[in-house]
Amino acid sequence: MPRPIQSIERASAILRLLSGRTGRLSLAELAGELGLPKGTVYGILRTLLSVGFVEQDPESGKYRVGAALLHLGSSYLDGNELRTRALNWSDWLAARTNESVRLGTLHDGKVLVVHHVFRPDNSPQALEVGALLPMHATAMGKVLLAHHPYLADELAANGGLPRFTGCTITDPKQLGKELKRVRERGWASDVEELIDGEVSCAAPIRDRRGIAVGAIAISGPVDRLCEGSQLRSELVAHVREGARTISRDLGAVPW
Amino acid sequence: MSERYVAAIDQGTASSRCLVFDRQGRIVSLSQKEHEQIFPRPGWVEHDPMEILRNVVTVVRGALESGGLEVRDLVAVGIANQRETTVVWDRHTGTPVHNAIVWQDTRTDGLVRKLGAEHGQDRFRDRCGLPLATYFSGPKVSWLLDSAPGLRSRAEEGDLLFGTMDSWLVWNLTGRHVTDVTNASRTMLMNLETLDWDDTLLETIGVPRAMLPEIQPSSKIYGEAVDSLGGVPIAAALGDQQAALFGQTCFSAGEAKCTYGTGSFLLLNTGSRPVRSGHGLLTTVGSKIGDEPATYALEGSIAVTGALVQWFRDKVGLIGSAPEVETLARSVDDNGGIYFVPAFSGLFAPHWRGDARGVIAGLTGYVTKGHLARAVLEATAWQTREVVDAMNADSGIELTSLKADGGMTANNLLMQFLADVLAVPVVRPIVAETVSLGAAYAAGLAVGFWPDIESLRANWHKAAEWLPHMEQAARDKGYRKWKKAVQRSLDWVDDDD
Repeated sequence: MPRPIQSIERASAILRLLSGRTGRLSLAELAGELGLPKGTVYGILRTLLSVGFVEQDPESGKYRVGAALLHLGSSYLDGNELRTRALNWSDWLAARTNESVRLGTLHDGKVLVVHHVFRPDNSPQALEVGALLPMHATAMGKVLLAHHPYLADELAANGGLPRFTGCTITDPKQLGKELKRVRERGWASDVEELIDGEVSCAAPIRDRRGIAVGAIAISGPVDRLCEGSQLRSELVAHVREGARTISRDLGAVPW
Repeated sequence: MSERYVAAIDQGTASSRCLVFDRQGRIVSLSQKEHEQIFPRPGWVEHDPMEILRNVVTVVRGALESGGLEVRDLVAVGIANQRETTVVWDRHTGTPVHNAIVWQDTRTDGLVRKLGAEHGQDRFRDRCGLPLATYFSGPKVSWLLDSAPGLRSRAEEGDLLFGTMDSWLVWNLTGRHVTDVTNASRTMLMNLETLDWDDTLLETIGVPRAMLPEIQPSSKIYGEAVDSLGGVPIAAALGDQQAALFGQTCFSAGEAKCTYGTGSFLLLNTGSRPVRSGHGLLTTVGSKIGDEPATYALEGSIAVTGALVQWFRDKVGLIGSAPEVETLARSVDDNGGIYFVPAFSGLFAPHWRGDARGVIAGLTGYVTKGHLARAVLEATAWQTREVVDAMNADSGIELTSLKADGGMTANNLLMQFLADVLAVPVVRPIVAETVSLGAAYAAGLAVGFWPDIESLRANWHKAAEWLPHMEQAARDKGYRKWKKAVQRSLDWVDDDD
């Protein structure tokens, strides 16, 4: 039998430590537990970060198990399941905001629309369930990217930041900054980044493990959704409340 | 004055729910709790009325809590309930003498056949609008009174009370023994013209008048709730399907809806006159608002639709949750040639065949679990098609679009297939919870929270629409096969079963 590969053994030990106890450890704590030089542990952590198996807490700088690892061995929430569980509160959000509502999940580097509620004004509208939207140019996509950071790099590396309007973010660095902001404030916007004159606002839907399994968004014309260049704050509040309520129904711990 | 709300209790077949609505008819909060389905024998289905009562109080409190509300924020509570399910209890102790006999229960098959023996299934149709079937309450009460010695005499002496779930809840919440006219229209004991209990029906079916509740309008303050619900007025009760018709704002003759839940129920408002069906539909009361005349409806009742998905999940175990049936069904392109007739309680509209039982027709070695999942979903659509055909024939008006609601509207594959086989658009309103919304509307009207029904129409909005895409030839072939499968489900039950 060939000898075990040392770096994989060490990476596994790091992941075991991070998935136990309090779930958050600093570089020094990890190095201490493993009896290894900080530089060695740091090198492994950087690789684990890049594939999304480890995440770094922006405030404390401590490391924790990443969303991508949690997804392994536990299937994604079924889109049909998500639609069913979110039906009432998607309606609620459309009724509150008087705008159309969409629910999206990650699918092959795109946002898959799994649910669509018409804008409640009885105007002619077509159901868009099954449509695929670009991640970097939609609020839902940004929410999902923000919670799966390794995807943003993959997307950029594969030439995946095409321009749709003058406002589309096509620079990976700028996108990285935008995603950081999305993570910090807990919601995302797209202001005329996919379609001129169209705006969307999204917040993450989390399951009981705290993983962002989807996003819920409202979208509509800029003059209805924005005040100046800013999304109207009461709309943002409704989107976030809708996302929180659905998350709570999925078993997420309230935050 | 701070904002006020109306709460609806939806006491359904699978669960009890409470939803709180604001003046725009928008959901503010929701709480629900499932109750046990008791299957003592094949074909028998029971509920524990005490469990249901406890759950109802729990979900009302739960909905208030999750909305950050208190009882005093409510102007009224309305009740929508599973219909026909029969409770008999002791007037003095409040204790049920038997589990509730659920509408799906077929134990009265023998009694129903005996009642129809010389006169046929439509013996009472002129009086009550219903065919003889195990579905309705009257025969269930009669069976129950004969199930143990002494019950019948206690009922005759007025010591036992009968009620459908609305009565049971209102009696427990307010102390008054009443029922609403829509629920009463499902007992086979009420005369559709007089809207009062019918002595001929009572005598023939064998139900003593002394145990019956007083028939009341659907929208009216019945009384104030007990302490645990802080004295809030209980101001409406409707059978769940009539509540959904009201919640879909089908207030005018010619307006129709279909609600997709455990079973599915297509109701067409026929205005102030009852329309007799010649095609296997029921004539029923749609609603009665205060002192206004009653509104009637034609109904196509399908016993098993969502229940088939639940069975597929719980008894077959091919899926872990109901929504997964869509995922599994989408793993294949068509039904693989199979048709699933879920005649678990016989067939309801338009067939009314208690002797039918479920079949899966067209099985070959090619068929996979994906095809089974498709056939499970398609069964709901084909059954709707049969009822829509009957409705078109009875009313003389072609349906031009179907207003659908209920939990199964979350299933996109089903809704698309439904539009395909009906060849008309299917629309879903922005509140899929029309049963609760209808009960809330009726309660709100009774206390003046809403001035009139016209103000409610403004709350209806289209949330989704599915357009038909199927080729006519495919539709015709599918329907032909479905009808052949239905034929194969008939005449299964024998006298010694």
